[in-house]
Amino acid sequence: MPSATFVDVEVEKVGRVYGRRRALHDVSFRLGAGEAAALLGPNGAGKSTLLSILSTQSEPSSGTVRFGGRPTSPEARAGIGVVAHESLCYGDLTGRENLRFFARLYGVASPNQRADEMLGRLGLDADAADRACRTYSRGMMQRLSVARALIHRPHLVLLDEPFTGLDRDGVAALGRLLVEERERGAILLIVTHDLPAVSEVCQRALVLHRGRLVYNAPLAGRALSDVYQEALPAAG
Amino acid sequence: MGVLASTMLLVSKDVRVELRAKELIYATIFFGAVVLLVFAFSFLGGERPPVDAVAGILWVTITLSGTVGVSRAFEREREGDTLRALLLSPAPRTAIYLSKLVSVTLLMVLVETTATLLLSLLFQVTLPHVGMLVGLLGLGTIGFASVSALFGASLGRARSRDVLLPLLTYPVVMPILIAGTRGTVGLWHGDAEGLVAAAYWLRFLLVFDAIFVSLGLWIFEPMMRSDG
Repeated sequence: MPSATFVDVEVEKVGRVYGRRRALHDVSFRLGAGEAAALLGPNGAGKSTLLSILSTQSEPSSGTVRFGGRPTSPEARAGIGVVAHESLCYGDLTGRENLRFFARLYGVASPNQRADEMLGRLGLDADAADRACRTYSRGMMQRLSVARALIHRPHLVLLDEPFTGLDRDGVAALGRLLVEERERGAILLIVTHDLPAVSEVCQRALVLHRGRLVYNAPLAGRALSDVYQEALPAAG
Repeated sequence: MGVLASTMLLVSKDVRVELRAKELIYATIFFGAVVLLVFAFSFLGGERPPVDAVAGILWVTITLSGTVGVSRAFEREREGDTLRALLLSPAPRTAIYLSKLVSVTLLMVLVETTATLLLSLLFQVTLPHVGMLVGLLGLGTIGFASVSALFGASLGRARSRDVLLPLLTYPVVMPILIAGTRGTVGLWHGDAEGLVAAAYWLRFLLVFDAIFVSLGLWIFEPMMRSDG
């Protein structure tokens, strides 16, 4: 199945309830092709819940999510890439085997070639690529996770703390890679507390506070840290 | 990618992972051998146990070993959260379920082969009507795998999942245990009546498998929808 293309992702009045606890309240926003947004907020604000819904892992309790005007479907999943806290890779397989497997799973043409390309882009050399990824360092595993998420050229890339475990060079390299993905037309939504790392990548900031979207606007040259600090006190 | 192609890709991945790690193969086969030895020692010094008891020992061993294997297989998926990776992919949900069913079945074939041979050695049992015995074991395995794969995947990050898996699985697979044991007893008695009984239980297992594989295909996706 080729990577699906959808020009936007639209979240409309999405709410999520866990028992008596409401994790998200009427969250609405839209991201278009080639747009990169930083999803910010204190711990427990609902960021991971929102990513879980956008990745189709869970369903909203209320509201809708549409990918290119269409609801969640296997076709939509084919166009989504996720970088999560866990690697989502098989520890007993090599990095190369993992990428080839996921490339085939997502229906990528020439999966072996694409896997080799991603290994090169993420700086996983031949020695590392052919070792079981159980032997990888935290940073190497994170790079493999990013490669896995991008292997099928997704149209929506959801990244939850993607810079974790990376050294300074790794952070810079991932930042450049994400800019390339944005320029390719992908929609990026990045959850991170490492604001300087995404400052060159993101053009928009979304700030969640106690499950509500309290800020949604282009950065327009402003620093993410300034936007974040202003948005939270205003939220009360 | 269609259901069949996705299933084959996922099964080949599971086989490759297991051949690399060999964790499940060793764990289940050695566990099965230990269970058989415990039974064998419990009869030490006494008369040879009757055929009915030996057949029961075989099926209990297979069930217990299979549970260890399924539990460990899904624990390994949880370690890298790889089941979530599959659920996030466009792979059909039915393919994910079928691949687990096939993978568990392949593992249990190894366990059953070892257990049956060891059992015949320890309890001095001849193995007549091998074809029908293979049929009973095969259909019993598919039934067990269809149920245990469903519960193994759905338990997710539940606490006490190692306890919950057998608690949920065993009541449902009890008919397999009964059918497999009675069918095997019929075979090992070897008379005409026994063979008729074995054929009956073979058909029973076929119907059980049809029902529970269909049920698994139907409810796997709703069970996998996450609450978190």
